[in-house]
Amino acid sequence: MPSLPDMTTPDVMALARDAAASQPHDPHLQDVDLKPAFFDWLCRMGDNTAILGHRISEWCGHGPVLEEDIALANTALDLIGHTQMWLGLAAEVEDAGRTADDLAFLRDAMKYRNVQLVELPNRDMAHTLMREFLFDAWHVEMLTALLQSGSPRVAEIAAKALKEVGYHVERSSDLVVRLGDGTDESHARMQDALDRLWPYAGELFLGDGVDAAVAKAGIAPAPGDLRAAWERTVDAVLDEATLRKPEGRFDVHRGGKQGRHTEHLGFILAEMQFLQRAYPGASW
Amino acid sequence: MADPATRPTVDQVWDWLADVPDPEIPVVSVSDLGIVREVRWDGDTLVVAVTPTYSGCPATAVIDMTIESHLREQGIGRLRLERRLSPPWTTDWITPAARDKLRAYGIAPPVDGTAAAGAAAGRAARLSGQGLSVACPRCGSADTERVSQFGSTPCKASYRCRDCLEPFDYFKCH
Repeated sequence: MPSLPDMTTPDVMALARDAAASQPHDPHLQDVDLKPAFFDWLCRMGDNTAILGHRISEWCGHGPVLEEDIALANTALDLIGHTQMWLGLAAEVEDAGRTADDLAFLRDAMKYRNVQLVELPNRDMAHTLMREFLFDAWHVEMLTALLQSGSPRVAEIAAKALKEVGYHVERSSDLVVRLGDGTDESHARMQDALDRLWPYAGELFLGDGVDAAVAKAGIAPAPGDLRAAWERTVDAVLDEATLRKPEGRFDVHRGGKQGRHTEHLGFILAEMQFLQRAYPGASW
Repeated sequence: MADPATRPTVDQVWDWLADVPDPEIPVVSVSDLGIVREVRWDGDTLVVAVTPTYSGCPATAVIDMTIESHLREQGIGRLRLERRLSPPWTTDWITPAARDKLRAYGIAPPVDGTAAAGAAAGRAARLSGQGLSVACPRCGSADTERVSQFGSTPCKASYRCRDCLEPFDYFKCH
């Protein structure tokens, strides 16, 4: 994702330093002890939006109707925009000379920190929309909590992203209801998607040492704190959609946040990173 | 240019920016949209702070480039563009004159205070018929319907007028 500085000047690092100098002061960026956890946490935020954005973008030009095609492409674009902000801040925190583009295009699967839910294949429209809804419902709660972050840099990204994610969850919940409470065929497909995706949703609420460190620093909520609000939204929408919430555990598939992924992530990265791997440093 | 006595004033720069068109909606300028947040001199360098509209809007890089080339044409040598995220851009900053220009161009201007709440309550309100009313920019009728919350660019939704039957863009609230 080349930005203007990449296009107009060779000295991207100098510009990044200038840009950083004009940002609100955030003491967390100088906290050496916090750095590894803060960096990892920012990668988790940015990798979730990068991978889901990429997945959704696969629909571009293939949507079932024009309006859906456009909506999916716009949603993907928003998420990729969020990725630039999260990974840009991650690169700044890391302070090792890498950029957001380096993090997105030059890390291998084991270094990716997204939850497994977002890397699963789209399969059909039902899976695409159900996955997006389960994620959106979490995303709204997370960003809302981050408005109160003790890190002004995190809070300003959250405030920006939340304006867009409000539209995402409005659309995805609306469509879950319309397709769930739709024809026999659409209902069956939505129920199938929910049953298949449910065991992946719980990873969003599992905390580890990284989460504990950023929570202790006042940067982000503990993941588990978001669960009750998420369940309220999900229960209300599924109920209206006449879909049955699965009874099994919802946190069976885990590990994405620590870099353990399904076989699907490598294929996404192979496509997403091809250009930078084949032509290192290429820009446009 | 670096000499404070001869360099352009900040007001002069704002005047120039009023002529820089938005790349997607050329009838409005970048200052009409409220995305230029600050103009100042930092020593001999002109600093222009710009805030993105939508975070993934592909026009953002083009907007920066257009601002830069426009100011260079005016003789600005040392220039730095800053990206400013906070406070986040809102359609409330679109000037009244720009709203008229949008309408004349065929794009319904935003109805302030109607950004998606992201809450189930917003959906419930819409389902119960309390949706927002967007007037058709062509015939003025309030009898319009939303086709999609998303449109031809990230900042727009797609609507249709039930009276004159024209489809139109709505600059959605952000």
